[in-house]
Amino acid sequence: MQPTVSFFSGFNINDLWFLGEAALRTLWISVLSISIGTVIGVVCGWLLYEGKLAATLTLAPVLDIFRSVPLIIQLVLFYNFAPIVGLNLDPFASGVVILSIYTAALVANVARGGIEAVGDPMRRAARSLGMTYWQDLRYVVFPIGGRAVFPAWVGVALGVMKDSALVSVLGYVELLKASQILITRTQEPFLILTIAGAFYFALSYPISRYSASLEKRWAQ
Amino acid sequence: MIEIRDLHKYFGSLHVLKGIDLDVQKGEVLSVIGASGSGKSTLLYCINGLEPIQQGSVRVDGIDVHAKGTDINKLRTKLGMVFQQWNSFPHLTALENVALAPKIVKGKSRDEARDIAAKQLTHVGLGEKLNVFPSSLSGGQQQRLAIARALAMEPEYMLFDEATSALDPELVGEVLDTMRLLAEEGMTMICVTHEMGFARDVSDRVAFFHQGVMEEIGPPAQIFSEAQSEHTRKFLANVR
Repeated sequence: MQPTVSFFSGFNINDLWFLGEAALRTLWISVLSISIGTVIGVVCGWLLYEGKLAATLTLAPVLDIFRSVPLIIQLVLFYNFAPIVGLNLDPFASGVVILSIYTAALVANVARGGIEAVGDPMRRAARSLGMTYWQDLRYVVFPIGGRAVFPAWVGVALGVMKDSALVSVLGYVELLKASQILITRTQEPFLILTIAGAFYFALSYPISRYSASLEKRWAQ
Repeated sequence: MIEIRDLHKYFGSLHVLKGIDLDVQKGEVLSVIGASGSGKSTLLYCINGLEPIQQGSVRVDGIDVHAKGTDINKLRTKLGMVFQQWNSFPHLTALENVALAPKIVKGKSRDEARDIAAKQLTHVGLGEKLNVFPSSLSGGQQQRLAIARALAMEPEYMLFDEATSALDPELVGEVLDTMRLLAEEGMTMICVTHEMGFARDVSDRVAFFHQGVMEEIGPPAQIFSEAQSEHTRKFLANVR
């Protein structure tokens, strides 16, 4: 008798590799988006702090939109409507664009807070030594303000890494999408989501430990 | 030489300095006294261009501080300033605090900058604290660190903005001693201060500010014992 064709098969060791690979994709899209977003966000935060009227009138509302609209809506809208203006981006690129802007919108306010944390007296002291505006930013404001808002930035980064799961709706096979594929095949959601959760934890935990040790070192 | 002519400064509609005329010679120690809000600190900020002015002029060695073409950053290396809040850079050690500006502003090499820093820190009595972070220094030590940081730029003038006002009383002495030391070495100093003993003993001249006007200026003996102005006498009677 011919064996019946089976749609479902159990979880095996190869699936673990499949998930591991997906976790690397999650890591990659997160690292890329957080890096790009942080750079843009810091520049935006500086523009907001300098408070030139144009920046406040144009930039702040734009950032507010990206901060307020749920990420999943941004992703779907961008992925489906970007081709209309001639931008044919694959799911990965679309994900990076939106996650970067989203990160930038969050980091902008963190960065502005960091600059504010340094305070005018400190900056006057720096300028009184003959430092230029940019030297003051580079050698005084950035290191002091950066340390002040570092925990907040880590919070943003970890949040964005978890939110990168939403890129799965575009079809990019990162950790969550890979889990869904496996669940469909194995019908073992409990096991697979637990493993996926463990992978997310394994990505986040070293970052939060490392940042905690950095904070401790700076606090001396 | 610092030459101040008909200096007017407004904060919005508030007229903070109402036409100040003042010359400070090389090697002179000038103390500026007066009640809070009389414009003394603002005067210092105007001298090194940290505050723009609305009328008049400030010249340092003939260079107009507020003129458009002036390289203010270069000029500021001549004008060391010490603030009420010491503002030490918390992320740097004492040595790095002092070495930073010589390195990035004057372009000294790392080793040269560290040598200068070590020398100046020793000068103000912090030779033992080179590698300590500001958070483990007392207020008085941090203020001396701030003095060393200003001195490391080899300024020709030092501006002290109530350098001891934020300190616990028992720490005031060490900072005043450091300032005395500088005065004895011939540094040109403008000291905005509430320390009348320092003003009397160390300064060549004392200026009394009252509501944005330089009410009176003269040798300490004259100001403290035979002040011409009613306001000066009243102020001195209250602080003593």
